[in-house]
Amino acid sequence: MRKPPDLIFKCLADPTRRSIFEHLCRDGRVTVRGLTGEAGISQPAVSKHLRMLKRAGLVRGARQGRETYYSVFPRGARPLFDWIRHYRAFWPDRFARLDAVLAQMP
Amino acid sequence: MHTVVVEKEFPHPPEKIWRALTDPKLMSLWLMENDFVPGIGRKFSLRAKPVAHWNGVVDCEVLALEPCRRLAYSWNVGADGPAALRTVVTWTLWPSPAGTRVRMEHAGFRPDQKGNYQGAQFGWQAFFARLEPLLAQP
Repeated sequence: MRKPPDLIFKCLADPTRRSIFEHLCRDGRVTVRGLTGEAGISQPAVSKHLRMLKRAGLVRGARQGRETYYSVFPRGARPLFDWIRHYRAFWPDRFARLDAVLAQMP
Repeated sequence: MHTVVVEKEFPHPPEKIWRALTDPKLMSLWLMENDFVPGIGRKFSLRAKPVAHWNGVVDCEVLALEPCRRLAYSWNVGADGPAALRTVVTWTLWPSPAGTRVRMEHAGFRPDQKGNYQGAQFGWQAFFARLEPLLAQP
């Protein structure tokens, strides 16, 4: 059972950041203003959370005119998915081995 | 953190399954190298080859031990911190017409943490479910 990717989990342990990340998963490209409406916190606070999400590699910002649009960076979130996959496959795999060991036991 | 449940029926009596679950030599054949001691409160560790993000060590403590019926141990990975894994693995055995029904439940939080973390646990579950479709993306 491998240890989760630390920085990503630390970042997503915060419920506000998680809800911002989920908002981006759902809506694709969103501006800070768009995110602020739903987060229920000030725009500077949302910007601060976005910086953390960017540092963890989960989110990217793209400038377009005077606005910056934020979106999920799937490649950055990959270690999280790999960890979940490993976690899911672990026990079915061990059950198969247990089955084989039982068959060999007297 | 979510709960993983695997349930399977084996064509063997509960006594034999119990042996496979609690004999260190047999455990090493299907689970991991270990120094398991069958006693409540006894600490042991499971060791696998280190991989990325994991040194290969799981620190455990026996929490429940009812021969041929129930076995539970803590399953802790990593030093204390937000990224550490603090979980519990519970095995339950029932005699069945074909042999034994075995249920393994790997829960994300210790029973004493349940009150505090139940909300968070549900949060993570919903979170994982929503993120799953992203896996399909490049």
